[in-house]
Amino acid sequence: MNTSEPAVTIAFYIFSAITLGGAAGVVFGRNMFHAALFLVTSFFGLAGIYVLLQADFLAVVQVLIYAGAIPILVVFAIMLTRQVERGNEWNQLRVPGLLLGVLLLLGLLLVLTATQWYTGTGPYPTDTVSTLARQLFGPWVLPFEVASVLLLAALVGAIIIAREE
Amino acid sequence: MAITLSHYLVLSAALFTIGLYGALAKRNAVTILMCLELMFNAANIAFVALTRAAAPQVLTGQVFALFVITVAAAEVAVGLAIVLAIYRQRRTIDATEIDLLKW
Repeated sequence: MNTSEPAVTIAFYIFSAITLGGAAGVVFGRNMFHAALFLVTSFFGLAGIYVLLQADFLAVVQVLIYAGAIPILVVFAIMLTRQVERGNEWNQLRVPGLLLGVLLLLGLLLVLTATQWYTGTGPYPTDTVSTLARQLFGPWVLPFEVASVLLLAALVGAIIIAREE
Repeated sequence: MAITLSHYLVLSAALFTIGLYGALAKRNAVTILMCLELMFNAANIAFVALTRAAAPQVLTGQVFALFVITVAAAEVAVGLAIVLAIYRQRRTIDATEIDLLKW
């Protein structure tokens, strides 16, 4: 875990800046389309973070699903609801929400710095994809099948809800 | 300066807070869904970073992250379908105006 190479450090801060900047663009941007594009930026930054964590399969999944599929759905929804000209407005919780967010962040930072995290030993697998597959189709095979049924049910439900009468 | 587990967890906390603020303080239902996605991703960073540090042989956190991605995809599909259905009925997706169940 302790990688002291300067390239990793620089890459971490670059990807973090992309991720957090994109997220801030989603929340603080005025235009809905720009918010959707900032969301894509943020998810690409996260894919970089996954690469730094040596989770290569998750990085690819992140680009395919989060940076590819979900923003398409979001842009469809933005265009079909035709409220772009109203912009990305705040509600009455703008200031209380900011206070709550700052408080939550401070609390989380306190907990994160005070906790002694357990660190395991052992080598990281050289082939993460086959390790993940052995996990998914070994001990986690029942949740895996349930997840596929959930996806099917959610897609059928989405079609029925969004259908014209 | 070395990048440790705490760095990733702080990034996760910051991303979660930004997502929470947007989900609380925005009017547009599509923006609220986008902020929910940001919060899911913050949880995913914590999962992956912790499995990298604590259980590197079995990668349980990466399996969890895959399930989170699956459930988030289902959630966003159903959520956007509900947003479209509400827009068709009421001509608005302003979350403060969708108050039929509020008394």
